[in-house]
Amino acid sequence: MAGLHKSEFENPVIRWVDSRLPIFTMMQKEYGVFPTPRNFNYLWNFGALAMVNLVIMIATGIFLAMNYTPHATMAFDSVERIMRDVNFGWLLRYVHANGGSMFFIVVYIHLARGLYYGSYKMPRELLWILGVVILLLMMATAFMGYVLPWGQMSYWGATVITNLFSAFPLVGDYIVTWLWGGFSVDNATLNRFFSLHYLLPFVLVGVVFLHIAALHITGSNNPLGIEVKGPQDTLPFHPYYTIKDSVGICVYLIVFALLVFFAPNYLGHADNYIPANPLVTPAHIVPEWYFLPFYAILRSVPDKLGGVLLMFGSIGVLALVPWLDTSPVRSARYRPVYRILFWVLVLACAVLLVCGGKPPEGIWVVLSRVATAYYFLHFLVILPVLGKFERPLPLPESISRAVLADGGGGGPLPGGAAAKPMEKA
Amino acid sequence: MAESAAAPHPAPHSGGAEVTKRDFLKLVAGAGAAVGVGAIVWPMIDSMNPAADVLALSSTTVDLSPIVAGQAITVVWRGKPVFVRHRTPTEIEEARAADKLRLPDPATDASRVKPGHDQWLIVVGICTHLGCVPLGNRSTEVRGEYGGWFCPCHGSEYDTSGRVRRGPAPANLPVPPYAFEGDTKIKIG
Repeated sequence: MAGLHKSEFENPVIRWVDSRLPIFTMMQKEYGVFPTPRNFNYLWNFGALAMVNLVIMIATGIFLAMNYTPHATMAFDSVERIMRDVNFGWLLRYVHANGGSMFFIVVYIHLARGLYYGSYKMPRELLWILGVVILLLMMATAFMGYVLPWGQMSYWGATVITNLFSAFPLVGDYIVTWLWGGFSVDNATLNRFFSLHYLLPFVLVGVVFLHIAALHITGSNNPLGIEVKGPQDTLPFHPYYTIKDSVGICVYLIVFALLVFFAPNYLGHADNYIPANPLVTPAHIVPEWYFLPFYAILRSVPDKLGGVLLMFGSIGVLALVPWLDTSPVRSARYRPVYRILFWVLVLACAVLLVCGGKPPEGIWVVLSRVATAYYFLHFLVILPVLGKFERPLPLPESISRAVLADGGGGGPLPGGAAAKPMEKA
Repeated sequence: MAESAAAPHPAPHSGGAEVTKRDFLKLVAGAGAAVGVGAIVWPMIDSMNPAADVLALSSTTVDLSPIVAGQAITVVWRGKPVFVRHRTPTEIEEARAADKLRLPDPATDASRVKPGHDQWLIVVGICTHLGCVPLGNRSTEVRGEYGGWFCPCHGSEYDTSGRVRRGPAPANLPVPPYAFEGDTKIKIG
């Protein structure tokens, strides 16, 4: 049978398909027996959680779109109709709205995990950069989605954010008019935002596919930050990590459900239940919580263009981290100084998050300036310099050595890829 | 490159022995494709610019007679608020006095009104920082220290000539194109 893939599946139907299109073989290789470091902690759940979240967002979004009207005079009412009249419309909308927040919680933890354990280092630089692209796409999608209910915060958030582009000299005003499709945020803007809000998640799916494809070339990093040296260091992805991810998914769904059913508007703004009014600006415009750190960076600079550049730069600098960090050791577990400074960075981000939600005056300006300064100092100065001076702790010989030493005996090894004669520990 | 040195027409790039007709055809085909892609992409990009019906709404006529001195109204022009303010003599004086100061965006008060109509200040009511609508068009609202407008979003303050005096806004409130059609009527746009 020349030209057919040699399938190892027994079921005749699966075998028939698999010999012509070996997707079952591929799934088995990439998600069944895929050799995965045996020492993952629960922080390694967050990639899978993000994937689940993306699926939830697309699923609820498709059904919301069936009842939503992207028109400046009808959008607000159609959202209210979804809330009151459409069967389970309230559930779909609350899951979708809070799903956005959950998505950012999950992705921020995923990102912090990568920073802590040095997951961006050689050979995973491209994997990391794809992650930054995913973050940018998520932010664009979330921003445009927030505009769709056409409430006061939607309208004025859209106005403020699109006006950021007017900071660019010469072409700024033309860009803004082009983005708006008019001379202010209006129906044309709402229409295109709806179109792009529907499109970008599928672009996101494409980039996520590349992210995972790159991950399956290099293999996952792990809490020790040392490479897998042989089968004794790994476990097959199924059932070990499918089960571990399932535990994480249950916890994640509990938190998600608490938000949706007990505090569905906790993370939102009451002003967004007032229909958009182009002639009245709300007294206090704040973006959704997940944009607050960036908003704080924007406002900490007294110059308009400077603020905009610094805000975009705060994400751009993440893409450069693989080259800014000069330390050969990945995991912060073996980097005594970096381990502390990582938490200072987290603190700086938390301060920015709080400051972004406060009026830009007094102590809040000072705090956000200090935190902004540390944010850039951390990436642009500390990471390059620290790698040269820090004395890392001794790395363990291998993952299996470290794991078995931790476990105090540990008992017999689980089956699959780990129980190979190479095991000597 | 040994082979390119031996070739009758040495090529500067490595690998290619000589420039062939095929190289030329590849370049022409590539350039043709690029032009074709550009020709179809531009209509898509330009379709996002303001449409004809949006542009058609670009002028507004305002009757000034009901606005007494010290009062201001907001009219909509191209979907944006425009402040039409009937300034009192004191307000004009304050604005003129500030001409000599160092302003963030220098402009004389006279350059921002029509000659002979000094009492009428017409500006686009959108903060030049990030596009909020400043407060102060109603006399009951906060007008800031300079008596003009105050932007609640990021604290920019404008004077009675609509010039930025303090805060993050980089420029004065823009004066839209308008003309007087008689003493009590203007056409904006």
